[in-house]
This record gives sequence, structure tokens and C-alpha cells, in this order.
Amino acid sequence: MRRRRTGRVVAGVASGLADHLGAPVFWVRAVFAVAAAFSGIGIIAYGLLWMFVPQSTVAEPETDEDRKEWQQAVGLAALGIGVAVFTGLLNGAWSGWITGPIAIALVGAAVVWREADEAQRRRWKDGAFAQGKTGIVRTVAGGALVVAGVAAFLVVNDSVQNLSTVVLSVVATLAGVAVLTVPLWMRLVRDLDAERRARIRTEERAEIAAHLHDSVLQTLALIQKQSESSREVKRLARSQERELRSWLYGREVGEQPHSISVAIAQVCAEVEDDFAIAVSQVVVGDCELEDGMFALVQASKEAVVNAAKHAGVAEVSVYAEVEPEKVTVFVRDRGKGFDPDLVPDDRHGLAGSIRGRMTRHGGEVRLRTAPGEGTEVQLEMPRKTEART
Amino acid sequence: MSVRVFLVDDHALFRAGVRAELDTITDEVEVVGEAGGVGEAVAGIAHHKPDVVLLDVHMPDGGGAEVLRQIRTKIPEVTFLALSVSDAAEDVINVIRAGARGYVTKTISSQELVKAVVRVSEGDAVFSPRLAGFVLDAFADRPGAAPISDPELDLLTPRERDVLRLLARGYAYKEIASELFISVKTVETHVSSVLRKTQLSNRYELSRWATDRRLV
Repeated sequence: MRRRRTGRVVAGVASGLADHLGAPVFWVRAVFAVAAAFSGIGIIAYGLLWMFVPQSTVAEPETDEDRKEWQQAVGLAALGIGVAVFTGLLNGAWSGWITGPIAIALVGAAVVWREADEAQRRRWKDGAFAQGKTGIVRTVAGGALVVAGVAAFLVVNDSVQNLSTVVLSVVATLAGVAVLTVPLWMRLVRDLDAERRARIRTEERAEIAAHLHDSVLQTLALIQKQSESSREVKRLARSQERELRSWLYGREVGEQPHSISVAIAQVCAEVEDDFAIAVSQVVVGDCELEDGMFALVQASKEAVVNAAKHAGVAEVSVYAEVEPEKVTVFVRDRGKGFDPDLVPDDRHGLAGSIRGRMTRHGGEVRLRTAPGEGTEVQLEMPRKTEART
Repeated sequence: MSVRVFLVDDHALFRAGVRAELDTITDEVEVVGEAGGVGEAVAGIAHHKPDVVLLDVHMPDGGGAEVLRQIRTKIPEVTFLALSVSDAAEDVINVIRAGARGYVTKTISSQELVKAVVRVSEGDAVFSPRLAGFVLDAFADRPGAAPISDPELDLLTPRERDVLRLLARGYAYKEIASELFISVKTVETHVSSVLRKTQLSNRYELSRWATDRRLV
């Protein structure tokens, strides 16, 4: 919510509130005026909103209707004040001698606050901190009104209660000062807030700039240098993409992984870097990386490396699913494939590093392949601990 | 008759690239228009009435989801295929729940893209392996999850799970069909049904899960 700047009568509170609520401004003003009849609640509410709602930073375009509304509003404001004073007198709760001085002090405060709004607007407009001559005159006049109101209040009450005169005068003077300096305090608080936000923004931007400089710009420079080698360009682009993604989406990098999803992402990244192929991985669920899972991740890496070396494809898919009682990893390529019976005995990539690893930890390996049909390695490892998701 | 396609992406370079590729490699699809922003897209789609809109997820003023919201009520017969560099789970799930018939990443090959466009234009769904993984994860039964209010929408059947698993493993529809001994048509039915559940289920995980677990 913002206080409006055009079509305002006192401080733009009513029109701002009307904008905020989507209600006709006339009714908002009427409610304030009627509420003023009840011990001046409308006036107090207006004052509080004036204090805490910032005025809008841009002026709204003026329309013909605004002029008519303005006249109406002046009438309503006068009516509100009149009603407040009148009911105060009728109730007898406030004698005329008290209401009068308070009213004078409030008018003085309104003048000073309004001038503070003006000053803030000038500051937005031309960054000028200095107040114009009329501004100073208005502030001083408002201050004088408040002082006069307070003084009158004291003089009147002096005759009523002699005993507490000292206490009363101190309290009244403090109240007057507090009312007068409200715009100053509010401005301090808002400036502080705005300054803090600006600082946070600058820091964020600096961090992003630093990161882009260290990573993306360096990689782009490398790519330009090596533009003849399409393999190298692809590898650089792929690894930069990965790095940027993990930075943007806040995944841990370069640390010892604790969960299987991060571990699998990490080994896939290593193979991508080493063999300049794309490894697309999908992990469903997650669990901690205990012994068996570590073996599973290593075996998966071995399977991806095999695919990268022998299948002759640009892309390998890895799919891992964590279920309550087991974890399954599928490594698949659409490459050459082979006949498992014809693999020479001295090639122990699959036998030793994959099957051996898995069986040692109670896991299983299944292989599906045929010449020309691609290869899929299925690795299954039972979970020791209970499901933790 | 070729499928009429409308491109929405805030990167002009990317639009030009896709348009050139689609124009050269195939007669099956024809690019009838393009737009670089939400407002422009809504106006363009209303004017051209394309069969399929290729929709970028990340754009100023609300992104692809906003285009979907504005068009879906006005012209329900237009189908959307989301195309994005983002693999963030919340983006993927959001755009699917807003009504897209599928989701593919921008690294997809042109041939695959054409296949995907034709597939959504025929009313089927297109799931990339990653999307299949996200959906499986979102529908996973985990301890402490909110009670299922509507089992018809909030649970996947075992068969749907099998299909999704194979999709996540990178299988094509034809491969899934022969693996599960079912017809391609049945695979398509399963995938469409999963898409419907993803869009309509008010399962707690589907909205919360993406932000809770940044799985990407």
C-alpha cells in the first residue's frame, strides 16, 4: 500500500487506502469522517496510517474527476474534524478548553508532516536535501502551532490541577516534540532499510559477476582458442554447463559426496570430462552412501566408462532408483553391443571391476546386449539400513 | 497435412535456430509463427491457432506457465510442448501441471524434437527421461507422506510405474512396448494417464516435493 500523491487533500492516506482496497475513495473518506465522531478514532487512524505508509514514489496522472473529488474530500475532512470536536464537547469527556489546544497542536503537526512529505519528494526529484524557504517557513509555523497548542493546554490545566503541573508540562512537552519529529524518525528508518537493501543487491551482483568471470568467461575464452576441435569444444561446453547448473541450483560440488544422487552425478561428470561424451543421468529417490552403495557407484562408473570406450556413441543414459530395500542402476547405450560369449578372458573390465565389486557386497549384475543392439548393464545392490527418504 | 507449430522463446537466436532446423529437416512440421514474450505469444497463438506450441519455460512476466494459463481457457484445442534448458524439478512439474502435454530439454536432437511435436499433436504425451524420473519420485511412497485422498489420481498403477521406469532409462516407446509385451498404443495410453494424474492429483508431494528436494 502506498499513499497517493495526486488527488490528496491532507496526505493521500484515504486515496491510497481506496486504491489498496479497490473501494471508491469517497466511501473510505466518509468512513474516516464518521469514525472521527467516536472520540476522534478516525483522526487517530488517519495519523497512524500517515506515519507508517510510505508515499508513492511516482505521481499518478491527474484526471478531471480528481478535481471534483478533491472538493468533495475537503468538505468531508472539514466535516470529520467538526464532528470530532462537536461530539467531544457533547460527551463532556473533553472540555472545550482541552479540545481546543489539542486541535491547534494537531493542525500544527499536520503542517509539519506534510512539509516532510514534500521534502522527501523533492529529494527523489532532484536529490536536494536542502529545504526551500517556504518549506522552512511552513515547518516553523507548524512547530509554532504545536508549541502554542501545548502551552495553551498547560495554561488551561494549570488552573485545574496545581499539584501535577510539573509532571504534566514535561509529558506534554515530550508529546509535542515526539509528534513534531515523527517524519524525521520515519525517514531515518526507511533510509536505513533502503540502504541495507541496496547493499545486499550490490553484494549479490558482485558475487555473480565474480563467479561468471571465473567460470563462464574463462570457458568461453578456452572454447574460442580450441574452436577447431569440436570434441574439445563439446567437452568444455558440457562441463561448464554442469558447473553452472550446480551453482544455480545449489548442489554441492567438489565435496566428498554423502548421498547416492550426488555421487552418481559426480562419477557421470568425471566420465563426461574424460571421454567427451554426454552422460544423462536420472536418479529417483536418494539414500546415504554406505559401503555397498559406494561399490555400486564405482561399478556404475566402470559401466559408463565401458560404454564410452567401446559402444561408439555420443550419449549414455544412467538411471538409478532408490527403493526401500534395494538400489538399482541401469547404464544403457544404443551403441555397437557385443556378444558376451566372445569377450576374451584377459578383458576383465566387466568381470572384475563390475561383477567382482558387486558380488563382494551382495549385489547382482545383469547384462543385456547383442551385436548392433546396444548394451544395458543392470546393477542391483540391497540396502542394509532402513529406508530414509 | 503438416503439423502447424508456433515457437515461444525469449531468445531470438534460439527461435531462429529451431525454425531453420525444423524447416530443413522435415515436411512433417511447419513453423507458422513465433513470439518472444508472454503478451506477444498469447496474441500470436490466438491469431494463428497452431496445432502445437513449443513453449520456453523461463521468460519474463511469468514464463511459459503464464502463457498456458491465459491460452488454455481461451483456446483449449492448442497443445503445448515445453522446451527448456532448465532441469529444475519445480519448473518441470509446474509447466506440466499448468497443462503442457510434454517436456523436453533444448539439447534434444532435431529429429527427436520433430517426433515429439508430432506425438503431442496426436494427443499423446512426451516424457523426457528426466521428467519420467521426477514424476516417479513425486509419486513415490515415502514414510510420513500425507494420506492419499483420491487413490484413482494419487497413485500410479504398477504398469504405469514400469512404463515410467523404462522411459527414465532412456527407452523409446517402441522399445518399451517390446520390453513389456504390450502395443505401442498401450504405452501411449499409460503415459497419457500418468500425465493426467500429474496434472490433476492434488498429492501433497507434487507441489511441495520440488521445492523440498532440489534433486536436479
